[in-house]
This record gives sequence, C-alpha cells and structure tokens, in this order.
Amino acid sequence: MRNIGIVFKKQGKDTAKNITVLIQFVIYPIVAAVMENAIHVEDLPENFFVGMFAVMHISMAPLSAMAAVISEEKEKNTMQVLLYANVKPMEYLCGVGGFVFGACMIGSGVFAILGKYTGGDLLLFLLIMAAGTLTSILVGAAIGIRSRNQISATSVSMPVMMIIAFLPMLAMFNRDIEKVANFVYSQHIQLLLNGLKTKTAAEPENVIVIVLNNAVAVGLFALAYRRKGLT
Amino acid sequence: METAIRMLDIAHSFGEKEVLRGISLSVEREEILGLLGPSGAGKTTLIKILTGQLAPSSGSVFLGENNMAEVKTEAYRQIGMMMDHFGFYERLSCMDNLRLCADLYGVRTERIREILRSVGLDADRKCPVHKLSKGMKGRLALARAVLHSPAYLFLDEPTSGLDPAAARQIHELIGHLREEGTTIFLTTHNMVEAEKLCKHVALLHEGEIVEYGEPQEINRRYDHIRKLKIRLYDGTNIELPNTREAADILYEYMQKGQIETMHSTEPDLESVFLELTGRGLEEEAV
Repeated sequence: MRNIGIVFKKQGKDTAKNITVLIQFVIYPIVAAVMENAIHVEDLPENFFVGMFAVMHISMAPLSAMAAVISEEKEKNTMQVLLYANVKPMEYLCGVGGFVFGACMIGSGVFAILGKYTGGDLLLFLLIMAAGTLTSILVGAAIGIRSRNQISATSVSMPVMMIIAFLPMLAMFNRDIEKVANFVYSQHIQLLLNGLKTKTAAEPENVIVIVLNNAVAVGLFALAYRRKGLT
Repeated sequence: METAIRMLDIAHSFGEKEVLRGISLSVEREEILGLLGPSGAGKTTLIKILTGQLAPSSGSVFLGENNMAEVKTEAYRQIGMMMDHFGFYERLSCMDNLRLCADLYGVRTERIREILRSVGLDADRKCPVHKLSKGMKGRLALARAVLHSPAYLFLDEPTSGLDPAAARQIHELIGHLREEGTTIFLTTHNMVEAEKLCKHVALLHEGEIVEYGEPQEINRRYDHIRKLKIRLYDGTNIELPNTREAADILYEYMQKGQIETMHSTEPDLESVFLELTGRGLEEEAV
C-alpha cells in the first residue's frame, strides 16, 4: 500500500510537468464549458455538450494517459528503476491507474457541475463516469504494456480511442453505426447520461454491455500483462 | 578476507547464442573488482545476472551468504546499481528523483541533501534532470545508487561517454565509497580506469574470463610483451621485443651511437588483452 502511494505521488508530480498528458485531463471539461455557455441552439437537448464531451473525456483521457505513461516508463527505463526498488508490478499499475482515475474523476466532477447534477443524480452521474473511466484505464494499460515505446503506444491508442469516443456521436446519424456502437461501452455511457437528464430509467442492456466491456478490458489487460509483464 | 560476491559457473544464452560461459569469480568485501571487456563481450549481461535482473541459464550468484535465486527481493535493499541507461524522470528535479527512491527505500530526507552535496549537485537540486549535462546525470545516477547505503554496488560503464573531468569526479566518488566499506563490481572497457580503481580485474572475452588478478600482477605476468621503442638519429623508429636477441641489436646501435631516444613500453591491460584475444578493449564485438 505504501508503494502505491509513492507511485501515485510520483505520477502526480510528473503529470503536472507533462503538458501532453495533463492536457488530456483538462481539455474536454474546458471545451464542454465553453460550448455549453457559448452555443445556444433552440432544438438542442439540455446539456448536449456536457454529455457529448463527458463521453469523450472518459473514453480518451484515461486510455491515452495510461498508454502514454506506461510506454514512456518502459522506453526511458524508469520502470526498471521502480521495479528494482522493490515496487511490485501491481503496485505500480495501481499507483498510476489510481492517479489517472482520480484525475479523470476530477474532470467528471467539473462535468457534473456543468450539468448541474445534484443529490442522487450527481452520485449516479459520477458512478457512470467511474465505470467508463475504469474500462478505459484497463484498455490503456493493456496498450501501454504491449508497446515497446511511446510511438508504438500512440499508434495503437489513437485509433482505439477515436473509435470508442466517436462511435456514440456517429451512432446518432447512422443506424448501421448505431448497431455496432451498441456493443461498445461508450455508447451505453452516453445513453445512461442522456437517460439521467431525461429521467429515463436505465435499460438492463446498458449495464450488461458496460460490465461485459469491462470484463473484456480486464481480459485484454491480463493477457498483455501475462505475455509482456512490465519490462 | 571475507567473500562478498561469489559467482559459480555462470552461463547464459539468448536463444542459440551463448553469451556467457563458465564464469566463476569472487569479490572480497570492501574491494573493487573490475570486469574488462570490449562492447558486446557480455559485461552488461553478467551485471544483470548479478543484480537479479536476469536469471542465468545455469550457475549461481551469492551475495554474502544469500543465493540471489532464492532471496532476490530481500537482496535488492543491499544492492545499489548504476546502469548505462540512467532511467531518470527527466521532467522532475534531481531532488524529486532522489526523493522517490528515498521514499521507496525508507531513507530519511536529510540523506538526500547529504548525498547531493557529496556528488556536487546540491546547488542543482531543483534543476530538472533534462537540463543536466551527461556528466551531471552520471553523478546523479551514482548518488541514487548509493542513496540507501547499499553493501554491494554494481556499476555498468560508470564513466562511459563522460569527459575526463566528469570521469575523474566519478572515480573519486567510487574511491570514497570503497573506503566507506562498499563492495564494488564495475564493468568498463577503459583500462586506465580499471588500473586506477580496481584491486582485481577480470578480462572478459566472448563470454569467458580469459585472465584474472591484480592489474600490476597481470601486467608482470605478461612482461614478455614489453617492448623497447628506439628512435635513431636518421629518423627511423624501431620496436624491439623483450628478448635476448633484441639486447644484441640494441648493443649494436649503441656502439654505433645511432640512438636518439629510447624507452620501454610496459605491458598494460590493453596490451595484455590484445595479446590474449587479438583484439583491443575499445573494439566492438563481432
């Protein structure tokens, strides 16, 4: 537990000075705030931009941050230094993952403020965001573990996060894409967030797909970790 | 003298390629042992095996009484390591990099300042690592390696790529550490460094130890490769071997008064290595 805290602290310090990772955590809440306040279209559903960018936030920020951090540590041999100082691989992943989760949830808090969620709705909103963030963290960690360096991590994480993040948006305009999107957690996060605003009850399908996606992400992570470890 | 590090018949292969064969060496407590060999001889592989980063294909490593294969995790605390890649968080300051390790090893904060002062980096403690010169990074890497006061210190090419002034500083630090009781195992292809720092040296060639002993003792053992270099007044340079026949030739030149300068070249580790392997220490492995 002590080592997890040390890695968490290290990640905080490093991210504060790493503009490319830092920007991932702040860009979507900022853009959502600007769009929500600047664009007023009559037929646009309430909190349209909050929902849209919240899904982008949980699909892209944790995934790219995890992949970037892990691959950079491997490339620059800092990972070896940590492991050699007796940090267990799982302690490392929990420390970094915990930080990324925390940073993303702060962003989710900003979305909650923008969406004016309160009470039970606020709790549900954060719970939905946490489920999506966790899945993206696992996918990002799997990519980071499988990649030799940052370039190879980016070349994999970029298309993956684009697909995950943009499917819900494209699904709004195309029935075929919607059919595909229904298998992806980001689509159901989007549906749950919309339902929260329109006071529509969640469908069991939403929860099942998110849980299944999470299980697949755990599987991918476990597979990558068993094959490559952290070295 | 007590044995600190013991290697018993270590062999290692990467796939079909055998990189180490029958390595058996001992390092006494508080001594510096230098492993000399050209690039690609297997030095880094051996240091990785000694520090538990790599399991040997066969053979054993003992640090004190502990077999590394059995007590690897516990042994980590006793080991300090400076690899050829430094592995720093480049965006973080020197202080933050050392603080991270200090936290992991449970070392008090005052020790960080103490060690930064000893490597001459206290004034730069707030400087991000990416702004440091290579020499400063080398000193910082050494500081990190000894931060937790390890009993065993493994240095992989500690002065590789450093300018002479930075290398001299590292040599001084290594000397101090040995005086303080640290057992040091270092790899190098710099024979001057080895002769200056090490009590014993082992010459590694194509994965095998081809010679071992005190540097002066090895040089004496190879006294037959001593040469006499003569320059005649007519500008001719002559190199004579250390033999009876050469003495006769030399006598002849002296009688004729032809010798302008004359000096003998003592065997050094470089020439011994060349004699043993037909290759220089600075050459790349084939």
